[in-house]
Amino acid sequence: MNNTKPGDSRLDHRIITGWVSEGASVLELGCGAGELLQMLSRQKRASVSGIEIDESYIFSCVARGLSVAHQDIDDGLSEYADRAFDYVIINQCLQELRKPHVALSEAVRVGRKVIVGFPNFAHYSARVQMALQGRAPVTPALPYQWYDTPNLHFLSIRDFVLYCAKNRLSIERKAFLNNKGVVRCWPNLLAGSALFQISRDGPALLK
Amino acid sequence: MLKAGKDTGIVETRFLTFAGPPEELVLESGERLGPVTLAYETYGKLDKDRANAILVFHALSGDAHAAGYHEGDERPGWWDNMIGPGKAFDTDKYFVICSNVIGGCRGSTGPASENPRTGRPYGLDFPLISVRDMVDAQAKLIDHLGIEKLLCATGGSMGGMQALQWAVSYPERVRSAIPVATAARHSPQQIAFNEVGRQAIMADPNWNGGDYYGGTSPTRGLSVARMVGHITYMSDESMADKFGRRFKDRVKGAKFEPDFEVEGYLQYRGDNFVRRFDANSYLYITKALDYFDLDNGKGLENVLRGIRTKFLVIAFKSDWLYPAYQSREIVKACKLAGVDSTYCELNSNYGHDAFLLETAEQEYLVKHFIANVRENNGNGRT
Repeated sequence: MNNTKPGDSRLDHRIITGWVSEGASVLELGCGAGELLQMLSRQKRASVSGIEIDESYIFSCVARGLSVAHQDIDDGLSEYADRAFDYVIINQCLQELRKPHVALSEAVRVGRKVIVGFPNFAHYSARVQMALQGRAPVTPALPYQWYDTPNLHFLSIRDFVLYCAKNRLSIERKAFLNNKGVVRCWPNLLAGSALFQISRDGPALLK
Repeated sequence: MLKAGKDTGIVETRFLTFAGPPEELVLESGERLGPVTLAYETYGKLDKDRANAILVFHALSGDAHAAGYHEGDERPGWWDNMIGPGKAFDTDKYFVICSNVIGGCRGSTGPASENPRTGRPYGLDFPLISVRDMVDAQAKLIDHLGIEKLLCATGGSMGGMQALQWAVSYPERVRSAIPVATAARHSPQQIAFNEVGRQAIMADPNWNGGDYYGGTSPTRGLSVARMVGHITYMSDESMADKFGRRFKDRVKGAKFEPDFEVEGYLQYRGDNFVRRFDANSYLYITKALDYFDLDNGKGLENVLRGIRTKFLVIAFKSDWLYPAYQSREIVKACKLAGVDSTYCELNSNYGHDAFLLETAEQEYLVKHFIANVRENNGNGRT
C-alpha cells in the first residue's frame, strides 16, 4: 500500500522512529512489508501491530514476525478501543484511502498520538507541471501517471495544517522531506512529502 | 513457495484409554463418560524441554491419520502436505500430534463403542458431546504424553474450533493457536446444512432410532448427508473447473441415474464415506459443532481477555461455508481483548476445502509464524 518513499527511502522511517517513545504501543495503518514496524520493535522496543490490505505484504510481515491484520482501513477501526495505542501511524497511504477523514478521525480516537506521512501535492515541480505544462503532475513523491495511480486524494502541507485546525487537532511535531533530505524552509513549495505528529488534545505547537 | 519435504513414511495410529470408572470424564452436559479411548498419531520427536509439541485437530470427517502412510495405503494422511520433514509443521523441528475426537468412529470412544453398562454399542445412549468435551479428552492425552505446554494448537474447520477452544479452556497450556477456515460459533446457515445431513440419516429406515449395529447401517442416509456436505466444501468456481456440465463417460442407464459428472462424483464420495464413517457419529459430531458457541452470550472479547496465546487466523475468500467474516469476528474479538493476533484472508478458488488443498501460502504463513513463536515466546518482537 505504500507509495515509493520520498527522498532517502528510509529517512521518513528514521524520523518516525525518533519520534516514537521507548516501549510504546504502535499500530500502523497500511504497514506494507513491515519495515517501519520492525524498526520500531527493534530500536524502540515498541509493541507493534499493523493493518495491511495487500496479501503479499502480509506474508512479508509474518516472515518478519510481526502481528498484522489483513483488512481494509476503510472498513474502520471499530475493533480497537479508544486510546488503545500510544501511537497510530498512517505513513504514505492516507491519500490512497477512500475515506481519509474517517481514517484520521478513527486514528485520533484509537491512538494517543497519530503520525501522518503524505506526499505534498503543492511541491514546486507539481505546480510547474500543472501551471506551465497543463499536465497532471508526476514527481518523485507522486510517481504515477493519472491512469495508474493508487492515489485517490491530493493534498498539500497547507491543506493538512488547515484540516488539523478545523478539526481541533494539535500538531505536536512536523518534518518535511525531499529526495535530498530534510527541508527547513518553504516546505509547502520545496518538500516532496511531510510528516506530522498530531493528537486530539495535546499541546498546540504550530498554527 | 516452499520446497516439498521428504516423506513422513509409514505411521501407525495409537490408542490411549483413560477415565475408567470411577474417574469418568465429566462432560459439559453434566453426564459422565468412561472409559474413554482416544486414537492419535505422532510425527517427529519431542525435544528435551518438551516445548516443541504441536497438536493438530481434524475436521468433521477426518481422523488421527494426518500424515505419512499406513502400511499398504496408497494415499497419505489428510494433512500430509502440511505435516512432515521441511513442511509447514516441520517434523524435523516439531513433535506433531494429531488426535481423533470423542464421539467419533475412527478408533475413539463414540456411539459405536461398547457401552460398559450394557455390553452393547451405545447407539443413542451415548451422551451428547461438545467441542469442549473433545478438547478436555485431548488434554488427558497431552498429559499422558508428558507435555505441559503446547507450542501450537491448530486445525481447519471443526479443527479450528478445537484450536479456539483449547486457547479458551487451557490458555496456560497453548503458546499459539492457528484456527483455519473456522468460526467461533455456527451461523444459522451452517446449522441448516448440518440439519439436512442429520435428517437424511434419520429418514433412512435402517437408522432405526440409532440402533442398527450388527444389522444394516443407514448407508443411504449417511451418503446423502455426505453429498450435501461436499457441496458446501467446494465453491461454484471449483465445481465448474472440476466438472463443468460434462456427462459421465458411460452409456446412459435408467432414468435419473446420475449422468452429470458432478452427480457421479458426489455419489462416489458418498459411497466411499459410508465405508469409513458411522452415521450416529455424524449426528453427534455435527450437533457438537452446531452447539459450539465460544461467545456463550458473554461477548467473545470477554471470553478471550487475558489469554496470552498468540493467534494466527486464516480464512479463504471463496469459502462460503465458513465465510471470512467469521474469522474476522475472531480477530476483532482478539483485538478488543488485547490478544496478539495475525489475520490473513487467502485467495483460493477451492472454497472451504482450500485449507486441505491450496496449502502453499498457508504453509508459508504457518512456518514463519510458528518459528517466531518458538524463538520469541510469542510477544511479537523480532
